[in-house]
Amino acid sequence: MVTFQFVQYQDVEKLGSAMRVNKLLNIVKENKIVLMEGRLTKQEEADLIEITMQEISPKFKGIELSVVYPDKSKQDAMQKIKGSFAKVLLGDRQGMTIIGPASVVKRIEKNPDKIELFTKEAPVTNKRYRKKKR
Amino acid sequence: MGFFQNLLKKLKFNPFGRKTHIKLGLYGPPNGGKSTLANRICQDWLGEEMSSVSHVAHETREIKIKEQINIKNQKGKELTFSLVDTPGIATKIDYEDFLKRGMKKGVAKKRAKEATKGVIDSIKWLDNMEAVVVVLDATKDPYSQVNITIMGNLQARKIPVLIAANKTDLKKANLDVIKAAFPQYDIVGISAKYGKNVEDFYEQLFKLAK
Repeated sequence: MVTFQFVQYQDVEKLGSAMRVNKLLNIVKENKIVLMEGRLTKQEEADLIEITMQEISPKFKGIELSVVYPDKSKQDAMQKIKGSFAKVLLGDRQGMTIIGPASVVKRIEKNPDKIELFTKEAPVTNKRYRKKKR
Repeated sequence: MGFFQNLLKKLKFNPFGRKTHIKLGLYGPPNGGKSTLANRICQDWLGEEMSSVSHVAHETREIKIKEQINIKNQKGKELTFSLVDTPGIATKIDYEDFLKRGMKKGVAKKRAKEATKGVIDSIKWLDNMEAVVVVLDATKDPYSQVNITIMGNLQARKIPVLIAANKTDLKKANLDVIKAAFPQYDIVGISAKYGKNVEDFYEQLFKLAK
């Protein structure tokens, strides 16, 4: 079973960078896939990788990370103005960040228009294998 | 005098217009060919190799620096730089991947531990760079978040970037996909292993160091 946990922008909005990154990573370490509204800053993304590396152990093998964000080059002037106003008033809520534990998420493939998340297959136990043979 | 030199350095003001000596970093995901490119540069201009290379990821697990590399172009212009070969940046490291490559458990665990430290060092060293060549494997999907995070962090630090799309000798290499992924950057297709198009790469370094 794969568990997704949605993190609203307002849940992390007022946290400092370190707290925000740690909050997300703690959820991932519970073997859940984080779907966060909005995105981290570039520095926070680098911090997330750095902290992930510090946490790596035989049990925790790292993360898969992907950010979906509107392509601003495809937006017209009005959309850009609206986006800028929304950012000033509500914060940068555009886009979505997906972070999953590497032990669950095999890879995340992103093309500009779609995102595909491949999970690892659960190991087949001997019991199940025997059942299939019957 | 020292005060004014520091002030000019802080203001990034260079009265001669061109930097004469820069710190050039090779960044990118693991197994993109950073160390192969470092070796190519050092072989071409110093006649010696810099780093060991391997098909197994995370062969480079610590920062390596080669000082005073002086290159010349056909117009006689010279550029001197310190070359910094960095460990590949990754979001996951699994010692079991090394076991699959035939390593013993203890060796695999040690390598994984060193690799995690290498990634941390690479990120920390970003602040020391004056120009960066991001080495990408042209046969792989360039839209990975690691690539995007590296590019974003370089952009945020206002560090000039050149993308070297490596392994163009391979049939699967696709330069157009990399150009589509990073349209705002200069991209040069090379094969560091066979020296294909490296002249063009060296010419681009002069542009990068402006």
